[in-house]
Amino acid sequence: MLQINNIEVMYNNVVLVLKGVSLDAKEGKITTVLGANGAGKTTTLKAISGMLRPERGEITRGTIEFGGTRIDQMAGFEIVKNGLVQVFEGRRVFVNLTGDENLIAGGHIEPSVAEMNARKDLVYTYFPRLKERRHIRSGYYSGGEQQMLAIGRALMSNPKMVLLDEPSLGLAPMIVEEIFGIIRRLNQEQGVTILLVEQNASLALEYADYGYVMENGSIVMEGEAESLRTNSDVQEFYLGMSEGGERKSYRDVKQYRRRKRWLS
Amino acid sequence: MGDLPFAIELAGQGVANGLMYSLVALGFVLIYKATDAINFAQGEFVMIAGIVIAALASDAYGFPLWLALFAGLVFMVLFNIGLERVVLRPLIGRPIVSIIMATIGLAAILRGFGPMVFGSAPRGLELPIPDSPVIFGPFFFSPIQLVGAGVSILFLLGFGWFFLKTRKGVAMRAVADSHQVSSAMGINVEKYFALAWVMAGVVAMLGGVLWGSMSGVDTQLALVGLKVFPVVILGGLDSIIGVIVGGIIIGLVEALASGFIDPYVGGGTKDFAPYVLMIIMLMIRPYGLFGRKLIERI
Repeated sequence: MLQINNIEVMYNNVVLVLKGVSLDAKEGKITTVLGANGAGKTTTLKAISGMLRPERGEITRGTIEFGGTRIDQMAGFEIVKNGLVQVFEGRRVFVNLTGDENLIAGGHIEPSVAEMNARKDLVYTYFPRLKERRHIRSGYYSGGEQQMLAIGRALMSNPKMVLLDEPSLGLAPMIVEEIFGIIRRLNQEQGVTILLVEQNASLALEYADYGYVMENGSIVMEGEAESLRTNSDVQEFYLGMSEGGERKSYRDVKQYRRRKRWLS
Repeated sequence: MGDLPFAIELAGQGVANGLMYSLVALGFVLIYKATDAINFAQGEFVMIAGIVIAALASDAYGFPLWLALFAGLVFMVLFNIGLERVVLRPLIGRPIVSIIMATIGLAAILRGFGPMVFGSAPRGLELPIPDSPVIFGPFFFSPIQLVGAGVSILFLLGFGWFFLKTRKGVAMRAVADSHQVSSAMGINVEKYFALAWVMAGVVAMLGGVLWGSMSGVDTQLALVGLKVFPVVILGGLDSIIGVIVGGIIIGLVEALASGFIDPYVGGGTKDFAPYVLMIIMLMIRPYGLFGRKLIERI
């Protein structure tokens, strides 16, 4: 459904952030991109959703296709009309608007009011907590509620695919479980294709079907979530386990650092 | 003091004038809310609208009044669309100071451009409104002020309804909240920037007609714009309710100051009393009576 072919992204005409990234998100699946801080995960998402230009970034090479249409040169608001929407890192709800108004703004591209209201009701069935607080300014929501609102707001545009940027960031583990459960239900019941960027690798691999590992602006590894979970490199560097599969003690970290196999 | 009727009459005039200030200030607030730009040329928009309409309605061009008003409206809409496209859009994302300087430059250009094209002689702008005062019991009100207050209330309520109840209004507030996120929601941010400037043009046109018909039309009309600042500081830079309340307060302060303090000090307090209020406000409540406080999550 979404194909990224060998894209390069440059910021300010000098900084090369993505160095030839290719990935493929299959329709109806949850695909995840793992990686540490600064690996280029968020930049990849912004390249897809057309959000680079306001930050003086640019796709200098490669193509991005969504459902057969090239979207790499489209403006952000046009990409949404094609059925692809991004949920930003750090929630980014419209804090001066109520929850309800956030959803209305999210449904901006839907011309029919009746359709939009039906959409809103659907979002409220998935996030009942939002319904309770719909007339309160979203700036006063808890972090978990804001994340739910951000996801619900994205769903308002009736997307075929949602890009999720670190939905677990800064949330309590219980809320994270709840939100990921809802994401899985949305994927299965509504057929929404999901591209999930996460630092929390074990969480992401638990919910995803397929995964990519990113480092320094390139994809270094890919595979079925199951096979990544059992891959010894991923276990070592992203899941914090030693080769035997047990949790690693920090006492050992200094003595022996495994060499990353994919670096020359 | 046995001045109560006098005070009430002054207050009535003050409120009427204040509402007309609100209308002009609304243009400023709309632009600030949607685009984060501080527009120092709002007074000059009022002036140029007044000049264009008065010139067209004068004998030189001989338009009937309704056509002159309509032409003035069209002119302001097109002018502001062009302005947004040519001057302001390239400045998006630049430091706020660049935008302020651009609008100050624009104000100076308009002050020169108006008289250059339409002549600098003051003109009258005659609306078909009777001159004889309207009398409520012991109080006298000028009809033009009542009409001005009425028009202002109508438009302020109209804009308030637009922002709170319509989907386009909600989208515009979303744009004001975050340009990036709005555009990721499929909102064409630039379209809403243009819409904000068009609305500012429309209220400037109304302001130009109302103030122009009271005080005559020449470059002095731009001074109305100076009153915008105390109004918006008092009410809050980004609040429509604030604009209404701020306008009324400034109008009242002006009227009462000129009625009660001027006789003792020889005049002129009307012109600076609003600014005294503005500075006090900045010290005790810098975001204004209704301005949004930043919600800080801890």
